Amino acid sequence: MKNDRTDELTLSRRLALTGLGAGMLSSALPFAALGEPEDADAAIRDIFGDGRLNEGKVTVKLPPIAENGNSVAITVSADSPMTEENHVRRMAIISPRNPIAEIAVFELGPRAGKAEVSTRIRMAGTQRIRAVAEMSDGSLWVGSASTVVTLAACVIG
Amino acid sequence: MTIRISAPDTASKGEVIELKAMIQHKMETGYRRDSRGDVVARDVITRFECRYNGELVFASDFHPGIAANPFLSFHTRATESGTLDFTWTDQDGQSWSETHELTVE
Repeated sequence: MKNDRTDELTLSRRLALTGLGAGMLSSALPFAALGEPEDADAAIRDIFGDGRLNEGKVTVKLPPIAENGNSVAITVSADSPMTEENHVRRMAIISPRNPIAEIAVFELGPRAGKAEVSTRIRMAGTQRIRAVAEMSDGSLWVGSASTVVTLAACVIG
Repeated sequence: MTIRISAPDTASKGEVIELKAMIQHKMETGYRRDSRGDVVARDVITRFECRYNGELVFASDFHPGIAANPFLSFHTRATESGTLDFTWTDQDGQSWSETHELTVE
């Protein structure tokens, strides 16, 4: 774990939470399981390859604050006419902090009619969730949104 | 296994319709511990598919980051009357399905 300010804050908050009930020993696993932002970059490359990531065209809707990280409503959409010639092939939801960066990959196509998908995700703490869309011409577009999570998934089960 | 589908019964040709699908499933992450401190084994749905008269119109790969009782809202263009088929498959290959009849006028 890197020794920057954000991680120190996380550390003290987590210790406070886990210290209440579970004690120091059991807090070791949630630490080890937490992901790093580099994992998110690697996950995007795993799914979509090495193409250039362009900012824009993709919108992520999340609540500004979530009281419970176990279920947070999210909507991802991409600006596309969704025709045979020009459509979204895939969209992925990526977390820089969850134990597994890849949350979901949606497969769309011209039959989808509209590139907008909603679901509910788990969030292991406050973070900026990214969504990546792969267009029919192969171009990659990324958008993001942040949510402050007061009770993280995994910690409270 | 409870499945809930929300979809229109009728649509006009070419209209983009919203489909909502939810299945009751704990989506156990494999990171949680039980009261004895033992890790609870991962048990997740990994795949969802929606077919429109047999043709795949939307699919999703799920990971443990998807909340319990996976919910999806997505869209399709109404082209012809027929059957929408919703199928979920878990990590062990077990699957659950539900269908919905759509009339296109």
